[in-house]
Amino acid sequence: MVERVTTLMDRPEYIRNIGIVAHIDHGKTTLSDNLLAGAGMISKELAGTQLFMDFDEEEQARGITINAANVSMVHEFLGKEYLINLIDTPGHVDFGGDVTRAMRAVDGAVVVVDAVEGTMPQTETVLRQALKENVKPILFINKVDRLVNELKLDPQAMMGKFVNLINHVNKLIRGMNEKLFNAGWKVKVDDGSVAFGSALYNWALSVPQMEKTKITFKDVYEYCANNKQKELAERSPLHEIVLNMVITHLPNPLQAQKERVPVIWHGDKTSNEGKAMLTCDQHGPVQLMITDISIDPHAGEVATGRLFSGSLERGQELSVSGMPNKNRIQQVGIFMGAERIEVERIPAGNIAAVTGLRDAMVGSTVSSLKGVVAFESIKHASEPVVTVAVEAENMKDLPKLVEVLRQVSKEDPTLRVTINEETGEHLISGMGELHLEIIAHKIERDKNVQIATSEPIVVYRETVQGHAGPVEGKSPNRHNRFYFEIEALPSDVVTLLKEGAINMNAPETERRAVLMEAGLEKDEARNIADVFESNLLLDMTKGIQYLRETMELIIEGFREAMKTGPLTREPCEGIKVKLVDVTLHEDAVHRGPAQVIPAVRSAIFAAILMAKDVVLEPMQKVFISVPQTLMGSATQQIQGRRGQILDLDSEGDTVVVVGKTPVAEMFGFAGDLRSATEGRAIWSTEFLGFEVLAQSLQPEIVKQIRQRKGLKAELPKPHDFIG
Amino acid sequence: MLTFVGLGLFDEDDISLKGLKAIENAEAIYAEFYTSKLIGTTIEKLEEFYKREIHLLSRDDVEQAPDKNILRDSKHKNVAFLTAGDAMISTTHVALRIRAHNEGITTRIIHGASIATAVCGLTGLQNYRFGKSATLAFPYRGISDVPYNTVTVNLRNDLHTLLFLDIREEFMTLGQGIELLLHSEHEKGRDRLASSLAVGIARAGSVSPTVRADTLAKLKEHDFGPPPHILVLPASLHFLEQEALQTFAGAQNDGDRG
Repeated sequence: MVERVTTLMDRPEYIRNIGIVAHIDHGKTTLSDNLLAGAGMISKELAGTQLFMDFDEEEQARGITINAANVSMVHEFLGKEYLINLIDTPGHVDFGGDVTRAMRAVDGAVVVVDAVEGTMPQTETVLRQALKENVKPILFINKVDRLVNELKLDPQAMMGKFVNLINHVNKLIRGMNEKLFNAGWKVKVDDGSVAFGSALYNWALSVPQMEKTKITFKDVYEYCANNKQKELAERSPLHEIVLNMVITHLPNPLQAQKERVPVIWHGDKTSNEGKAMLTCDQHGPVQLMITDISIDPHAGEVATGRLFSGSLERGQELSVSGMPNKNRIQQVGIFMGAERIEVERIPAGNIAAVTGLRDAMVGSTVSSLKGVVAFESIKHASEPVVTVAVEAENMKDLPKLVEVLRQVSKEDPTLRVTINEETGEHLISGMGELHLEIIAHKIERDKNVQIATSEPIVVYRETVQGHAGPVEGKSPNRHNRFYFEIEALPSDVVTLLKEGAINMNAPETERRAVLMEAGLEKDEARNIADVFESNLLLDMTKGIQYLRETMELIIEGFREAMKTGPLTREPCEGIKVKLVDVTLHEDAVHRGPAQVIPAVRSAIFAAILMAKDVVLEPMQKVFISVPQTLMGSATQQIQGRRGQILDLDSEGDTVVVVGKTPVAEMFGFAGDLRSATEGRAIWSTEFLGFEVLAQSLQPEIVKQIRQRKGLKAELPKPHDFIG
Repeated sequence: MLTFVGLGLFDEDDISLKGLKAIENAEAIYAEFYTSKLIGTTIEKLEEFYKREIHLLSRDDVEQAPDKNILRDSKHKNVAFLTAGDAMISTTHVALRIRAHNEGITTRIIHGASIATAVCGLTGLQNYRFGKSATLAFPYRGISDVPYNTVTVNLRNDLHTLLFLDIREEFMTLGQGIELLLHSEHEKGRDRLASSLAVGIARAGSVSPTVRADTLAKLKEHDFGPPPHILVLPASLHFLEQEALQTFAGAQNDGDRG
């Protein structure tokens, strides 16, 4: 098998790099397993029950996929062999970061949708992530047997259900990227870019295939209704249909990189590395984007990523973006399920697993050239919103804990590990309660450090609702003065910033156009000095002497202020900081970092406090699917948590309750809902962003945060910062 | 009352008699040595010499919290504030004096010898021929263009330029400073300065100062010995200036700049 894989690696026309994405429980991992079994990678009996792709004990125990897993397989189509590099991704919202990273590595995605539930919130999220990375989607409608056996639909109604579902998916694609939709990314039944079937029972069909095999919808109904799905699986096996669809409709690396490189890399397209990546040239410079770091008990850190150009070989000395020294590649390999198999060489267009890149992190650009433009940073749809403090149960484990935390944050870039300066505690922030539970478990089990974790704490943000300024900031030596105005950014601009759509590397005119469309004035849009998280620094001054030499320091001061706002020391969000005037001392020693940074930070702090500073709290959309009779109990769980019911949708005798609640109220939700609904509810959540905390709760929450962080109980005033 | 006392250039002996009397009369004595240092002495030696205790202040103390030390005491005591060189050459002391005045504190200045005048003395370059000065600073996120631009503007107006060298934990040497200046010039695509005449001075005010006139390129390689160092880029020379440089700084006969 390895030999077949390595022969194909050299021929990009015969490679497909794909991901499988879906809402939780729609059957991604079962599909992946059965594709692998079909391709002869694991035994057919084990597939589906074994959850081969769920390597982690934690995953198998919880029955969900936590990490994205890679595997390569060979599939024959029309007499030719193809290499399929597959990544399975988690569907639970708490692990959304893995999906985003996986999308960087692949060129196409099989979107799996449960025929009964239809498209769900995470279907939308993963589809959006795919399109943002210019990854082409095709559709697999799963659990079709349930339509027959549970919903008792006849063939006619079944087809109607498919049409609705496909239309909805297409509506989503068009809404997210009309250009790509019109360029042929619409999924269609007739051309076979849609398939349907049952991953569990191992069969699938597509319309072109049905025409050939003469299987009708009526036949499908019969097979399902009469418990003969095994026969159907023999006539139309899942892996044949789905992999044929992959090969026919998803682009190979040669086709894909031409389109994708301009989206994910903003360097010079006519440079050596630019040309090599556009053409997937295996003889060009090495350009590798790291999308995953895992730990192998024997080999240590294994970095997995997409190789866009060049070839990887043992002993190569490569540069890692942002790091001063070169790293030497020790092993080069591919993943076959949980196993990493060493190979001699991996050429461009493949997903590679290498050891020896000790400076690499998820998101790093690794190159044989020094100082190349890095790939676009990977943007996550969600932000870390929940924090726990961790400490080692045995004091002697402390150094080990520090190392372990460094390791887990390297493996999972959606985690943020910080140290509370006042208390010396280690804080881990993640996407939700479950995410942090899994991480804590991983630390104890894999890394063997017993830890105690605090109650989870919600992450807040600060923003302004009014306008302030010009506010004057003086440098400590009183030789430099900075004048700032502050107000809130238009909400569309904040959305753009959060999506990472505004980029200081992109051409100025392009950036200006996007910002103006989102509601920024022209003279502001053309004067962006810095983008930090969802905040903007605008330089509105004209012809100030020595400003160019000082701008870097002003940006540093701006970023410091945005990292920890004045009221709660939580990060700022959606703030427009305008530098309107500056007086600088002409001599550089009188306007060094010790002068400029504190002056800028203090002036911005004072201005924020004058511009109606408020605290924002993270919100979650909650979806609960329950039997009609239990609807009241479900809605109560939302309303009792400062929540709001947004929508009720009945489907047969089940109802989907859609609500919105603050993350702060979601702790213990799983248990409460289980007891309230006798365990008959299925639920999921989606991150909704930050909203202004109710006015009546502001003082209490601010007090709590300040107390927790060891800040003075008395609230800061503008004149504390500008004397 | 707050008395700013300039201690002069090199060691404890450089203070004026008037300054010494002010210290004798002071009820509290503060000093700062972050803008400049007296190379020939230490704070302990000064204390021994005055037979008084000196409170040494950091940059943060002077700039951010003078109300917790100097200004607080000056309201009801005679305070002496000691600095190297002249008391007011360092601009931050002007800001402090204004602040004191605004808080109703009477201030007085007792001058000390300054490097600005010592340079004229040691080189023979005449005071009225100098243009703006600038500091060659240790680079932080890039090298400031200001020193090079200052030299250019001064030369255009046929004026000499005095270039101070940065002090952090260590003193910048003439070699390092010249390197930075040549780098700035090179960035602008020009390279005239290396071959033009400059004067390097080390340890002004000590018994063994070094004064050397040569091309900038040669000065860069020269070992000037212990700090502090300072650099002058002269414009065209008056015949007296030329003679002084030949006599006291080893300048060549044709040491005029081209």
